[in-house]
Amino acid sequence: MQSRFRSDRRLTARMGVTLFLLGLLYVAFIAALIVLLKSWVLVVVIAAVVLGAQYWFSDRVALFAMRGRPVEREEYPELHGVVDRLCAIADMPKPVVAVSDLEMPNAFATGRNADHAVVCVTTGLLRRLERDELEGVLAHELAHVAHKDVAVITVASFLGVIAGLVVRFAFYSQLFGGGRRDQNTAVVFAAVMGVSAAVYALSFLLIRALSRYRELAADRAAALLTGRPSVLASALTKVSGDLARIPTRDLRTAQAFNAFYFTPALGREPGLARIFSTHPSLEQRLEQLGRISAELGEATAPGGV
Amino acid sequence: MGLLDILLGRSKPAAPDLDQLFGLPSAAVTLEAATGFRPTGSGAVCFATVEGAAFAQTHREVQALLDADAEREGRPVELTRDAYGYSWLVSRRSPDRLPDLVNDLHAVNSAMEVNGFGPQLLCSLAGFEGAEEDAAHDRRLALVYLYKRGTFYPFAPLPGRPERRDNALELRVKAALEGDLRMEQDLSRWFPVWGAPGL
Repeated sequence: MQSRFRSDRRLTARMGVTLFLLGLLYVAFIAALIVLLKSWVLVVVIAAVVLGAQYWFSDRVALFAMRGRPVEREEYPELHGVVDRLCAIADMPKPVVAVSDLEMPNAFATGRNADHAVVCVTTGLLRRLERDELEGVLAHELAHVAHKDVAVITVASFLGVIAGLVVRFAFYSQLFGGGRRDQNTAVVFAAVMGVSAAVYALSFLLIRALSRYRELAADRAAALLTGRPSVLASALTKVSGDLARIPTRDLRTAQAFNAFYFTPALGREPGLARIFSTHPSLEQRLEQLGRISAELGEATAPGGV
Repeated sequence: MGLLDILLGRSKPAAPDLDQLFGLPSAAVTLEAATGFRPTGSGAVCFATVEGAAFAQTHREVQALLDADAEREGRPVELTRDAYGYSWLVSRRSPDRLPDLVNDLHAVNSAMEVNGFGPQLLCSLAGFEGAEEDAAHDRRLALVYLYKRGTFYPFAPLPGRPERRDNALELRVKAALEGDLRMEQDLSRWFPVWGAPGL
């Protein structure tokens, strides 16, 4: 099929490398666990249950945390109209549309697959954006659903969470059962803690990187779906500019769900902090959108290039 | 979507399916026999408005192509923008020239597709009208074609009542046309197109 969609090979490559490193890290971690610890099965089972529940109920948990409520077509006809059209053009089932009564301008999408997806926007966002900008934001969120980002990030965070649990587990058992152990056990425990802490830290950084690449991928899909990258860019600048003025109380309750947000509730992050952030910088996102805009405007169809 | 696409965060744009449109003329006959609705002769193609010169160039060409048809009488094709920012290219033919209208719609679609804007096509619609026994107003009905699904669904706004649709009539039309057209079975995809040009 002829299309103006082009895949971004560099983005794909970076995401591939990140995924590969994550996988490598996990294999190494499991090997270390098996060698060092006999009771690792329990840890894995607990973590699997916790993450499974989080994955399965992700739509309801996120809605509850953001105080979002599903809205009917009669209440928000415009919002529903925009989502209807985007779903028809992308050929995906319509997600539940929810509105959260927050002043912070933001939007998120969650749900384990396209049939159980929720798209939520805050009233702050609805007030600040024009209708076509809102469309760009919603297209970005629908792209997260189409890319199955909830599943990918959940699976990717799996061993990171286990490692975190192991650190705590080892720490407490050392703290409370201390005196009765011989020196050998203490060394093994220290080693497990050390390895787990390292795995946790590394996987944390890799997942952040993965999240940033997936944001860029969602921006890209949204721009191509609506055909108007510049409108999405303008929505981004509006929303990002407003973030500085948000009261911190709301930000803290929001942090756990940052990975699925349109823009993170952190404000601007300079220099080194970039590798800790779940979202790429505004400049990076605008630069990509600018590139897509130029591609769309080119006179020759890309199929012939 | 393959596993690799999921892992790498890629989604392929849905490809439009244009062929089903040619079923419209025969479906119109069935529709008139079953419900009394007749084609108005007008129809429209709806697509997302893409920024940039290439897109503007494409739809200027399409418009010129349609207007060049020597047999066209009445108003030329017109391009309008709806409240959602989507573009509608409206063609008005006389009511008995439904096949010509379908050709127009198809020409617009294939021109868009050839120039790489296939993913931006939203829907096409053909207008129908009929006077029901008890209604004071003319009843309007549109058969909407969803490219990405290759299916049709009926859309019937209730006359005189804003943003209300006649679900009973729509379901009746769906049942009547089941044998002629591929109807959209998933009712949640029957999104309303209030105030669509060409309706």
